[in-house]
Amino acid sequence: MKKRIAAAGAAIVVVLVIAAFAAMRMMAPPDDLDLARSKTSENGLYVVTLAPEAEPVQRSKLHVWIATVQRPDGSPVEDAAIAIDGGMPQHGHGLPTAPQAGGYLGDGRYRIEGLRFNMSGWWELKLTIGSAAGKDAVVFNVVL
Amino acid sequence: MSAVLKMSFKVLAVGISLFLAGCSGEQLSDEEKQLIGQFRLSELQPLPADPTNKYADQSGPAAFGATLFFEQRLSRDGNVACSTCHISDRQFQDDRPFGKGVGETKRRTMPLAGVAYSPWFFWDGRRDSLWAQALGPLEDQNEHAGTRTAYAQLIAREFKDRYENIFGPLPDLSAVPASAGPFGAEAERAAWMAMSDDQRAAVDLVFANMGKAIAAFERTLVHKPTRFDRFADALAAGRQPEKDAALSEDEILGLRLFVGKARCSTCHTGPRFTDDHFHNTGVPQADGKPLDLGRETAVAQVLADPFNCAGRFRDGDESACGELRFMVKEGPELKRAFKTPSLRGAASRPPYMHAGQFKSLVEVVEHYAAAPQSPDGHSELVRLKLSEREKTALVAFLKTLAQ
Repeated sequence: MKKRIAAAGAAIVVVLVIAAFAAMRMMAPPDDLDLARSKTSENGLYVVTLAPEAEPVQRSKLHVWIATVQRPDGSPVEDAAIAIDGGMPQHGHGLPTAPQAGGYLGDGRYRIEGLRFNMSGWWELKLTIGSAAGKDAVVFNVVL
Repeated sequence: MSAVLKMSFKVLAVGISLFLAGCSGEQLSDEEKQLIGQFRLSELQPLPADPTNKYADQSGPAAFGATLFFEQRLSRDGNVACSTCHISDRQFQDDRPFGKGVGETKRRTMPLAGVAYSPWFFWDGRRDSLWAQALGPLEDQNEHAGTRTAYAQLIAREFKDRYENIFGPLPDLSAVPASAGPFGAEAERAAWMAMSDDQRAAVDLVFANMGKAIAAFERTLVHKPTRFDRFADALAAGRQPEKDAALSEDEILGLRLFVGKARCSTCHTGPRFTDDHFHNTGVPQADGKPLDLGRETAVAQVLADPFNCAGRFRDGDESACGELRFMVKEGPELKRAFKTPSLRGAASRPPYMHAGQFKSLVEVVEHYAAAPQSPDGHSELVRLKLSEREKTALVAFLKTLAQ
């Protein structure tokens, strides 16, 4: 009887310890996060590649990213209007800045200006793309 | 108490002490050590240049700025200098919930060490450069309460040589009213409007240069290493922390909580312990003050400021204006959002929050654990389950940033 209660006590402690460590790790990005930098948009209208102009991406500094927009057949999209949104899904807040698509660089490449990440962790960047081919969106994950 | 119960308590006690031992410095994982290393002051990047202020890193303007910073005649009643609230031997703050100049402000005076690193200034970021920030209190009716022409006249009367050595010839101010400005009393505002465009521009230039000199001085104010830095530097170098660098078990537990379960480092991040951004953390409304919406109100103010980065008093080109250009101008997260303050030195400068709502770090930790609803807008906090020991440990850790 004594042993059984002692064992139960020990089991409770083990559970508490595991829960405490799990809570500490709670805000780590999901292990299976898709970090691909090239993706097909949600409705399949575009293949979009998103990459920072300079690596590594430094926290708390404004930086430029390049979005390359192609049709699934590989042809560049020359007339895309791109809107950028995003945030930190685990913290429930948006981007600290309001980035904009800047100049068109040719070959379906567009400058995305004014991005800044003020925290380490998992960020989502959502690009909404409109062109003669239609409107579609794609979400990229970035971990800092 | 039965023997059985005693036995199970013993097991529980052993289990708890094992868990707590796991929270001591002996057991810091490599991942935790790497994380902790990022907060060291030795990891702080050099101060970024401010191309909008070509005097920013020159010693002459900084010395002139120091003179202006401590100059009480830069006020309506001759008794208020920047240093009245930014007290030099009190971390450049005043230990009060509200600043006290000619009148009383609605917010807590911010400390100034490392201030120049931030892209936004004041609790709500209503200015986008340190030199533009320095001009705000000079014209605030509760702070210095003076006027733009009165300041320009004072510079011409008392500091002509020093000013001209740095900025070139002063304009002719003989026909400019003794006291006129856009934020003065009714007659002073009318006098300002009655001035010619050229006169106003000439006075504005002198005023902007005053801000640039004060900013050059403030850029020299830096954080000093603390016990935490000595601990973390030793950790990073693979040395055993010695003497005051050896943090206690409680302090290390607090540090682990800070970067882990208590989620403090979500916003209080990097060597300055701030993300330089604005957050609604549900702090209560200040007693006896109007509802303060923080960043939401500041967006229009910084856009309207003639001394902002888009204005004509900026040095350099507009490539330095990214923060203003890409500023978030609307959205629910702006409501009652205030800037994350640095935690360096915080333990020795109560009261806390943007209006001194909390008298002690114990109250601060209780607030973050309880995560109450915001008086307006949505708080970003999530309720934390912290034991009394964990709360004490967090406070103990915060004190290592002020010793």
